[in-house]
Amino acid sequence: MDELIFFINRVLISGTVLGSIYALGAVGVTLIFGILRFAHFAHGDMMTMGAFVAFVLAAAMTAMGIVTPLPAGFVVLPLAMIITAVLALGLDKGFYAPLRQRGAKPVTLLIASIGVTLMIQGLTRLIFGSGTRTFFDTESKDIFRIDMSWAGGSRPISITEPQVIMFIVTALIVVALHLFLTRSRLGKAMRAMADNAALAQVSGINTALVVRVTWVIAGALACVAGTMLALDVALMPDLAFNIVLPIFAAAIVGGLGHAYGAIVGGFLIAFAETMAVFNWTAVLRPINGLLPEGMALPANLALVPTEYKLTVAFVILVITLLVRPTGIFKGAST
Amino acid sequence: MPLIELKHVVGGYGGAPILNGVDMAIEASDIGVIVGPNGAGKSTTLKAIFGLLRVTGGTIEFGGENIANSLPDKLVPKGLSFVPQEKNVFTSMTVEENLEMGAFTRTDDFRPTMDWVYSMFPVLAEKRRQPAGELSGGQRQMVAMGRALMSKPKLLMLDEPSAGLSPRYVIEIFETIVRVNKEGVGILMVEQNARQALAFASKGFVLAQGQNRFTGTGPELIADPEVAKSFLGG
Amino acid sequence: MPSDLVIDVRNVSKRFGGLTAVNNCSLSVRRGSVTGLIGPNGAGKSTLFNMVAGNIVPDTGSVIFDGEDVTGLKPHQLFRTGMLRTFQIAHEFSNMTALENLMMVPGDQPGEHLVNAWFRPGLARSRETEVRKKALDVIDFLKLGHVRNELAGNLSGGQKKLLELGRTMMVDAKVVLLDEVAAGVNKTLLNDLASNIERMNTELGYTFFVIEHDMDLIARLCDPVIVMAQGEKIAEGPMAEIRANPAIVEAYFGTPVEVA
Repeated sequence: MDELIFFINRVLISGTVLGSIYALGAVGVTLIFGILRFAHFAHGDMMTMGAFVAFVLAAAMTAMGIVTPLPAGFVVLPLAMIITAVLALGLDKGFYAPLRQRGAKPVTLLIASIGVTLMIQGLTRLIFGSGTRTFFDTESKDIFRIDMSWAGGSRPISITEPQVIMFIVTALIVVALHLFLTRSRLGKAMRAMADNAALAQVSGINTALVVRVTWVIAGALACVAGTMLALDVALMPDLAFNIVLPIFAAAIVGGLGHAYGAIVGGFLIAFAETMAVFNWTAVLRPINGLLPEGMALPANLALVPTEYKLTVAFVILVITLLVRPTGIFKGAST
Repeated sequence: MPLIELKHVVGGYGGAPILNGVDMAIEASDIGVIVGPNGAGKSTTLKAIFGLLRVTGGTIEFGGENIANSLPDKLVPKGLSFVPQEKNVFTSMTVEENLEMGAFTRTDDFRPTMDWVYSMFPVLAEKRRQPAGELSGGQRQMVAMGRALMSKPKLLMLDEPSAGLSPRYVIEIFETIVRVNKEGVGILMVEQNARQALAFASKGFVLAQGQNRFTGTGPELIADPEVAKSFLGG
Repeated sequence: MPSDLVIDVRNVSKRFGGLTAVNNCSLSVRRGSVTGLIGPNGAGKSTLFNMVAGNIVPDTGSVIFDGEDVTGLKPHQLFRTGMLRTFQIAHEFSNMTALENLMMVPGDQPGEHLVNAWFRPGLARSRETEVRKKALDVIDFLKLGHVRNELAGNLSGGQKKLLELGRTMMVDAKVVLLDEVAAGVNKTLLNDLASNIERMNTELGYTFFVIEHDMDLIARLCDPVIVMAQGEKIAEGPMAEIRANPAIVEAYFGTPVEVA
């Protein structure tokens, strides 16, 4: 029983947290690709930017002496999302829109987005320094412990309050996104434009508006994902830059341009990573009793060492591109 | 006053002009058919009207207003609709969603129009929840036409609606076009098979090298031996 | 036995899925002629042209080029045998001058091998001088002298087409396949292009096989003109004769659809 609890704590919960972050990041990447046909490399830094916006707001709130039952990072989230969405619109207007107007190729936009990455990182360092910060300077993370002794477990399933809120927030966002894309006129117009931009234009759809909405959604979701990442780990200028690869892998595995695919891909990559670095001996220890004399499981039985976690996303990405280049859901991979 | 009137339209994609002075006038009661040899500027004429390429000379008057170089999101609410020849449905979206996209610019209730489209194409009503990409070529063409009709256009433009369809569907599409026209929608279409399309044209335009070559009613043009010969140049 | 026919297409067919694009079609191009290939949309002329040029392998039948069976040879292999194709959209190295573009054409130049370039500079140089002289001749012939040191990317659309034509002259092609040369070229330049093709034919003896939508250009350049419809050759003759043929006029003008 303890093995199962250990597995839940270490794989199920952390995998879901990571999956939520990847999924929200990948949705943004996939929407931008679907509408504007370029890989937005600076997406990770939009997440960092969102996290810093949330951090500043949370710090301001704490400084004003406002105390809430929920972690400050979540309370300020709606406002931070709005601000990040506006910043994302500004990025588009300042850097990508002028290039598009000149008929730049997608690869030019991709390279521009690498420039934006460096710029955002530089600015963040300039303003906040390169040190690591945490949202929990003044408040501590509440930890819920679910006692499992009724099932014969000697330790509890433990989950932190931010983690619980993350699950709820992610679930709400996924539902909201689904409703937006399938019910609202603008959401459908977004799908239409991702499907066939020329026909969307011919139908009289205001494509400039759709582009703006795309940045607003991508920016808002990046803010949530970045803040969640900062809450789960810590806040630093290169926070999200390191997870750009798994996010792109998630978007591609799910099928580029396909929002649901990105969510599935996000969780898939996250669980694959978590399980790959998980020490399986902890769970398989009971088997030792069954093994012949003199044989035992090694003390550490992980598929890859933690520091090589990133390779998991790489491997899945490469396999996807070889076996099913359009992704799980048939994406617009052109 | 005609519904739409092109006066000496010149235009192209930036290089040498493809249209070198096209004149055309269509009434709401007309079925206008543009034919001509390859490279004559037939599809280009439709695209020029719909703001999809640059008009550098002449005027396009629609409802008494020069609409040359207006973009589709301005033209659709004014009452123009266009069915491209290829890739004319949103393949990943359902039939009904495709129709809804056609009504994007409308702010009033479009349900009655949708019912009207379904009455025109009963097979689409059956398949309304199916992705358009799963339909046959002929049914897709119906979705494409249905989408264009959802904006309640005064003028419906079609680029080779019969291209690639089996004879059964060609007849069905043409019959529908005539029915739509009877309900007061002006038609302007490009067709490859000149004899077939001119047969029911109230106005026929034979283009060659981006200019009008012959103009007349469909039957007149079919009867004129010079028209058929012009397809071989000279 | 160098026959009179430089291209001889014998009973070729090509199906794509359920559609027969070319159906047991035979046609030929006489040495020294400018032969045109026309037909209404979907007649199968592009497919046939692609089979001659080696871009598509026929299902059945054979393509004889200058007495040799070249069926199924790739375009670059045909290039070596002297069959060259120009493309609808001009291909050029835009960062090289017009002259350099032409000098690139003949393959296997000694200077391209590092060993030769270092250790046999004389050989490399003499060959290069030869190629350069030839390129200058071609440029003179096409009257492109004023732009010979201009980057090819800066040339006008018509000049690029002329350069494309010039590339075929660099290797003394036996047959030049012209694919829609008139597309996107304005009237004046087209005139220029046409007179160059005529001169290459009459003064230098080049054979041309032309696929083209512009009927007036066909009428000016080509004799004979071959007409295809529904995958088959339906007529061959001078353009005036073709235009007078009611069956061909019908094929172009279309027929009413009949419901089975």
